[in-house]
Amino acid sequence: MAYRNAHPGRDHIMRLSRRSLLAGGAAMAAAGTLASPAILRAQAGPIRIGVLHSLSGTMAISETTLKDVMLMLVEEQNKKGGVLGRRIEPVVVDPASNWPLFAERARELISVQRVAAVFGCWTSVSRKSVLPVFEELNNILFYPVQYEGEESSKNIFYTGAAPNQQAIPAVDYLMTDENVQRWALLGTDYVYPRTTNRILDAYLKQKGVAADDILVNYTPFGHADWQSIVAQVKRFGSAGKKTAVVSTINGDANVPFYKELANQGIKATDIPVVAFSVGEEELAGIDTAPLVGHLAAWNYFMSVDTPINKEFISTWHGFIKNPRRVTNDPMEAHVIGFNMWIEAVKKAGTTEADPVIDALIGVAVPNLTGGISTMMPNHHITKPVLIGEVQADGQFSTVWQTPGTVVGDEWSDYLEGSKDLIADWRAPMRCGNFNVRAGRCGGG
Amino acid sequence: MVARWGTAGHSPGVPSLCTAGRAVRRIVATLAILLGLAAPAAAQGGVQGEAIRALATTNFDELARAVERLALSGEPNALGIVEALRDGTLLFRQADRAVFWRDAQGRMRDAATGEVAEGVAPAALRPLRVNNRVRRAIDATIGALSLSNPDPRVRLAAAERVFRSRDPDAIPALDAQLARETEARVRHAMEAARAAAVLGSAMADDAKLAAVALIARRGDLEARNLLAGLAGVSEAVAQAAAAGVAAIDRRQAMLRIVQDIYYGISLGSVLLLAAIGLAVTFGTMGVINMAHGEMVMLGAYTTFVVQEAMRRNAPWLLDWSLAFAVPLAFLVSALAGALVERLIIRFLYGRPLETLLATFGLSLVLQQAVRTIFGPNNREVGNPSWMSGAFELGGVLVTWNRLWIIVFSMIVLFGLMLVLRRTAFGLAMRAVTQNRRMAGSMGIRTPWVDCMTFALGSGVAGLAGVALSQIDNVSPNLGQSYIIDSFMVVVFGGVGNLWGTLVAAMTLGIVNKLLEPIAGAVLGKIVVLLLLVLFIQRKPRGLFPLKGRAVES
Repeated sequence: MAYRNAHPGRDHIMRLSRRSLLAGGAAMAAAGTLASPAILRAQAGPIRIGVLHSLSGTMAISETTLKDVMLMLVEEQNKKGGVLGRRIEPVVVDPASNWPLFAERARELISVQRVAAVFGCWTSVSRKSVLPVFEELNNILFYPVQYEGEESSKNIFYTGAAPNQQAIPAVDYLMTDENVQRWALLGTDYVYPRTTNRILDAYLKQKGVAADDILVNYTPFGHADWQSIVAQVKRFGSAGKKTAVVSTINGDANVPFYKELANQGIKATDIPVVAFSVGEEELAGIDTAPLVGHLAAWNYFMSVDTPINKEFISTWHGFIKNPRRVTNDPMEAHVIGFNMWIEAVKKAGTTEADPVIDALIGVAVPNLTGGISTMMPNHHITKPVLIGEVQADGQFSTVWQTPGTVVGDEWSDYLEGSKDLIADWRAPMRCGNFNVRAGRCGGG
Repeated sequence: MVARWGTAGHSPGVPSLCTAGRAVRRIVATLAILLGLAAPAAAQGGVQGEAIRALATTNFDELARAVERLALSGEPNALGIVEALRDGTLLFRQADRAVFWRDAQGRMRDAATGEVAEGVAPAALRPLRVNNRVRRAIDATIGALSLSNPDPRVRLAAAERVFRSRDPDAIPALDAQLARETEARVRHAMEAARAAAVLGSAMADDAKLAAVALIARRGDLEARNLLAGLAGVSEAVAQAAAAGVAAIDRRQAMLRIVQDIYYGISLGSVLLLAAIGLAVTFGTMGVINMAHGEMVMLGAYTTFVVQEAMRRNAPWLLDWSLAFAVPLAFLVSALAGALVERLIIRFLYGRPLETLLATFGLSLVLQQAVRTIFGPNNREVGNPSWMSGAFELGGVLVTWNRLWIIVFSMIVLFGLMLVLRRTAFGLAMRAVTQNRRMAGSMGIRTPWVDCMTFALGSGVAGLAGVALSQIDNVSPNLGQSYIIDSFMVVVFGGVGNLWGTLVAAMTLGIVNKLLEPIAGAVLGKIVVLLLLVLFIQRKPRGLFPLKGRAVES
C-alpha cells in the first residue's frame, strides 16, 4: 500500500546503520546521508497528512472504514498528480478507542510526523480530547461525524452534521408528514444524545408539544435487555396520539433494540423510529426485514442515485476489493473534507496551517448527493438533509429531502446560553463564540 | 392534487375529518377520471384500468390515495396488485403510466389483465416505492379485501388490519362476513374491527356507544389508543370513552406488575446462564476466572460458525442449527477450559491475586484472537423462526426468544445439578470441594477432578453463549459485558451453592426490572449494585452460605 505506518523514518535509519556497519564505522558518511533526505523532504518531498482513527478497541468497528476511505482518497489524488506538484503521504496511527491516547497520537502526528492536516476522530469525547492539542500546535483537523454542536474551534473543520442538519429536520418531517404528536426520545447515556435531546426537547416545546407528550430515556452503552423499555414505549404510544421514537442509541445496543421492537410487534406504520446513529454499516449486522419503514436521518445514503455517487461506490469497491462493502454518511464527509482541503491548499499555494485555514472558508466542492457543499465561516459546511426508510435489503430509500442545502448551526438556537452565540473565523472577528447580545467574543 | 387532508385518512385523532376527506377524495377521483386528467390517450380498458394506472406515481400522497381508491374500484386483481406493491414487485412505465408486476419467474405481467406482457423493456420500468403512509394504506386495503378469505388466519389478520385502519367503508364487508363467520376468534376480532370502523363513521350515537363498550372490553393498549384518541364525538360518547380508558388503565396497571416480573425472570435467566458456569469454577474451586466471559463468547462464536456452515451446506436444517450448536459450543468451551486449566491455572492454585491477573490477561488474548480470526465487526446470528415474535397470555406479551431462554436456563441448571448429585464425577467433585486432602487420601485423583471441573464450568459458559447469541451482539466484547454481573450473582447467592445462584439471579433480575421503569436503566443498575454492597456487608457469605467444618478452615 502507498502509505507508511507511524514511523516512516525507521527503515531509513536501519538501512543506514547496516550500510555504516559495512563501511566499518564511517560515522561521518552516515551523518551526511542522514541529513540530506531531510533537506530534500522539506523542499519537494511528499505532503503528509494524518489519519487518526481507532483501528482496535470498541470503536474500530466504525472507524476502520474511515481510515480505508482516507487511504483511497489519497491514492486517487496521487494518481492525479497530488497537490502543488507534490505527492500526498498518509500517516496512519491507531489511538485504540482510548480518549487520552487520541491526544497523544495527535501530538505525535503534528510534532513528530509534521503533518499538514489530520482527518480523524469519531466520538465527541475523542474530539474534545484532541481539541487543545490542535489549538496549541496550530494544525487542522477534519471531523467527519454528526455531533451535538455547541463548539467551534479555529483549528477544527466539522464536515459531519450539526443538530440542525439532522435532528431538527427529522422531527419536522415526522411532525408534518406523519402528524406525530407524542415523542419518545431514547438515547445512550453520554454527551451526544444528552445534548441532542436537550435541543429537541426545547424545540418540541417551542412547537407547542406538551411536556407530558415527551418521554426521555437513557440507557448505558451496550444495553442488551430492552424488554421493559420497549414495553414502556408501547404504553406511551397508546394515548390516542400518533407517537414516534427519536433514537440517539449508539453502537451495538441498536441490534437488540431493533430485535425487541420486532419481537414485540411494533411496526414502523404504528410507531416509527427515527435514528441518528444507524446507517448502512450498522444495518449490515441485522436482519432488516422486520424493520422496514423505520427511519434514519443523514446527509447521504448509499442508495442516492447520482452519477458522482455511483462513481464513488465503484472506486470504493475497487479499492477495498469487496463488492459487498457499504458506504455511509461519515465516509461522504471525509470525501468532502479531503476535497475541500485540496482546494484550499491550491488556493493558498502552501500547506502552512494559517493560510490554509483562511483559504478553507468559502471553498465549495461537490458532495455525493448531487449538490455543492461550502465551508462556512463557522467551520461547518452546507449539506442537504435526507430522511430514509429502511428497506429489506439493508439500504435506505429516501422519502424526503430538504429542497436545498442547510448551513450547519454550531450554537443551537434553541438552548439558553447558546442562542446568542455565533462563530465567525474570518477577519476581523475571528471568534468561535461571539455573543451578539453582549457584542464581544468569549461566550456569555 | 397533493393536499394535506389526504394524509389525515389514517391519523387516529381526526375521524370526522377523515370521513370528509374520503368523500372529497372520491369526488376528486371521479372528476379526475371524468375529465381524463390522468388518462393518457392510449388508455385501454375503462374506469377500472384507470384505478390501476393511478398507481403510477412517485408522489407518496397520490400513491396512498390511489391504493385506497383501488380498494373501492372493484378491480378483480386489486388484492394481488396491492400485495405486489407491498412486496416491491410492482413497476410502472413513465411514458404511458402502464403498471406491471414481476412474477416469481421474473416475467413482467400487465397489472390490469394479469397476462404476461411481451416485449417490455425492463430499462423503461421503474419500481414503485412506498413509504409508511402508503404502507398503512396497503395494510388497510389488504385487510378490507381479504375479510372473506377461506383461510381463518388470513381473516383474523384482515380483521386486525381493519381494526387499525378504522375504515368505515369496510363495514358492509364486515357485516357480510360476520353473518356467516363460524370461527369464534375471528368473529371476536371482526366485531372489534367493526366497532372501530363505527367509531370512525358518521353513525348515530347509540351505535357508537355500543362500539365504545365493545372496544373497552378488549382491554389492550390498542383499544386504549383508539378510545383515548376519539375526537369529534358527542358528549355521551366521549364520556363513555373516558370511562373505558380508565377501566383499561386499571387493568393495565395490574398487568404491568405481572409483565415487569416476567421481564425480571427473563433477565434473571440470562444472568443465571452467564453465572452458572462461574458458580462451578469460582464457587466450588475458588478460582477467580476473569476469562469466564470469553468462554461465553466462544460459545456464541461456535453458534455463528455452525449457522454459517449450515447456511452453506444444509439450509433446510437452518431452523434447527441451535440444536447442533448446543453440544458443539459445550465441547469447544470445555476443551478451551481444560487447556486453560492445564496450562495456566493449575500453577496458580491458592494464589487468587495472580490467578485474577493471569485470567484477565487471558481474556484479552482470547478477545484479540477472536478479533483477528473473525474481524472486529459484529457477526449476525439469525433467530430461528420458532424463536421470533411473541404471543399474548392473558394480556401479557410473551416473546418467544425470552421464553425459550428461560426454559433453556432451567434445563442447564437442573442438568448440572443432576451431574453433581447423581454421577460418580459429581461425587468426586463435591468430595474435593469439601475436603481436598481427605478426598485425595481416599484415592480420588484431585488434579484430574480439578481439570474436569474447570472444563465443566467453561462448557456451561459455552452453553450460555448459545443463548446469548440470540439476544445480544456476537462480538469480541460479548463476554466483558457479563463478567461483572456473573460475579455479582455468584457472590450474592453464596459461593458454591447452585440453588443460591438461582435465587440470586432471579432476585437481581426482578429487582432490576422493577426499578428500571422508576429510576431508569442507568440509575437502576447503580441502585442494585448499592443494595448488593449493603447486603454483603450484613451477610458476607451471601444468601445461602455453605456450612460445615471444611468451610471454616
